[in-house]
Amino acid sequence: MTSWTGYLRSDGSKGIRDWILVVHTVECARFVAEKIASGEENVCCIGYDPCNDNEYAIRLLLALSRHPNAGGALFVGLGCEYTQPRRLAEVTEASGRPADWFFIQDTGGTLTAVAEGKRRLAALKERVEKNRKPVSMGWQDLSVGCECGGSDATSGLAGNPLAGRFFDRLVDRGGTAVFEEMAELVGLLPELLRRAETPEAAEEIRAAYDNMVRYCTSVRQYSISPGNFAGGLSTIEEKSCGAYAKSGSRPIRGVIRVSERPSGKGLWLMDSLPDPYFMQFGYSNPHDTEGLMDLLSAGCQVLFFVTGRGSPVGAPLAPVVKITGNSGTFLKMEEDMDFDAGPILSGETGFDEAALELESLVERICRGDRSKSEILGHREYAIGCKFQDTGRPRRC
Amino acid sequence: MNGISNPMNGTDEESNGIPALLLSEEDNVVTLLSPAERGDEVRILSGGGTLAAADSIPLYHKMALRFISRGETVLKYGVAIGRARQDIPAGAWVHLHNLESFLDEKSSFLDLHTGVDTGRRYE
Repeated sequence: MTSWTGYLRSDGSKGIRDWILVVHTVECARFVAEKIASGEENVCCIGYDPCNDNEYAIRLLLALSRHPNAGGALFVGLGCEYTQPRRLAEVTEASGRPADWFFIQDTGGTLTAVAEGKRRLAALKERVEKNRKPVSMGWQDLSVGCECGGSDATSGLAGNPLAGRFFDRLVDRGGTAVFEEMAELVGLLPELLRRAETPEAAEEIRAAYDNMVRYCTSVRQYSISPGNFAGGLSTIEEKSCGAYAKSGSRPIRGVIRVSERPSGKGLWLMDSLPDPYFMQFGYSNPHDTEGLMDLLSAGCQVLFFVTGRGSPVGAPLAPVVKITGNSGTFLKMEEDMDFDAGPILSGETGFDEAALELESLVERICRGDRSKSEILGHREYAIGCKFQDTGRPRRC
Repeated sequence: MNGISNPMNGTDEESNGIPALLLSEEDNVVTLLSPAERGDEVRILSGGGTLAAADSIPLYHKMALRFISRGETVLKYGVAIGRARQDIPAGAWVHLHNLESFLDEKSSFLDLHTGVDTGRRYE
């Protein structure tokens, strides 16, 4: 059985990386946080920009600081924002990960704060190293998230179906797979319901689906653009078929929302649409980075990004594996693209062979090989100003 | 689509014709893997058989596999991707001019070649 060495977390999850996060709790602290993380190995910077009080953002920051690939975190605040670095550090520490925090306004100016941050980071690094628990892990411990963007016709014909083939194999070995983009499942309710594992899952799918259709209808905008039409897609239903292909063919166990970890193995659908109360035009995911953050928040240790037209983006915490069904794109952007699924369309290879090849690439990445975005140092992040109810009673 | 070359087109002695994918057996359209001129022979890869293109059809666009009558559901991947706005002859290009979404009313007001919304005013 395939296995490699990972990092054991106290909640039982296992990471394939051991990142330390430097987190700014407001835009005003971003510069200092970035300077602290700059030049440090295995340290990356994320954060939330607005100064406002946002439960969604707090949940997302904590989902990332307690991600399986995260070993510890330093929270850097300015001192006047709503999001409290001390509270974030406490919750992170309680998850068995070393954490620390400070306010810039308590410390001094930019240079003093950066020096203080570097000092705390060095101490944190030592604690993370002492805390490190190597553990054997395999496919059953792995969660892979997939999204597509910069799509062309090859995405629905080769890139996404290949990701779906990989998902089937991962799920069959006891692993976890998460797909998203509810907006690109519009038109496919019968197909989705047919694949619901339980009546409860079917209800969750129907609710999330209806919510998305209501949204699209109210703003008169479906997730399809002139470039898609020109490329041969005639309707949203047709585009959805291509996006849906990345889910593979296994039963859908349920719907999770942003910052929610799947409650078991198997295939899960992520719904990232904000709740109607806050929903205005433009509040659906504004770019691919936000979609990748959603998948990270579900604890995915590896991210797939299927892109026919090509994209340079990466993510903090997890390797992004960029797959294209367009060999022309692969050649043009080889420094960014990890996998060429184009040979499937030209008949040089089949889905099964390509899925094996992709699996062996993922295995190498789990063993420590870096994906193209990791090599290039891509760590784009974005936390939107959104709201999603957790379904739990809220404290005033 | 720019940039993708298709070695199947013209390199194999036995595989003359424009290659097209039939994604599911019940589909009434196929997806072209090379652009076709009107009259070109289109070769269906998975289902076998050939059919002459009744229109010029761009790369990765759809061709009717058989006569589709007005109001009939158009199937691709075995999924209902829309409804025929008019009778569509076998071999015809299936796109915005003869196919409409069940949901998105906008798709009926778009330029056939660029997909741009022709109803949008810029002023």
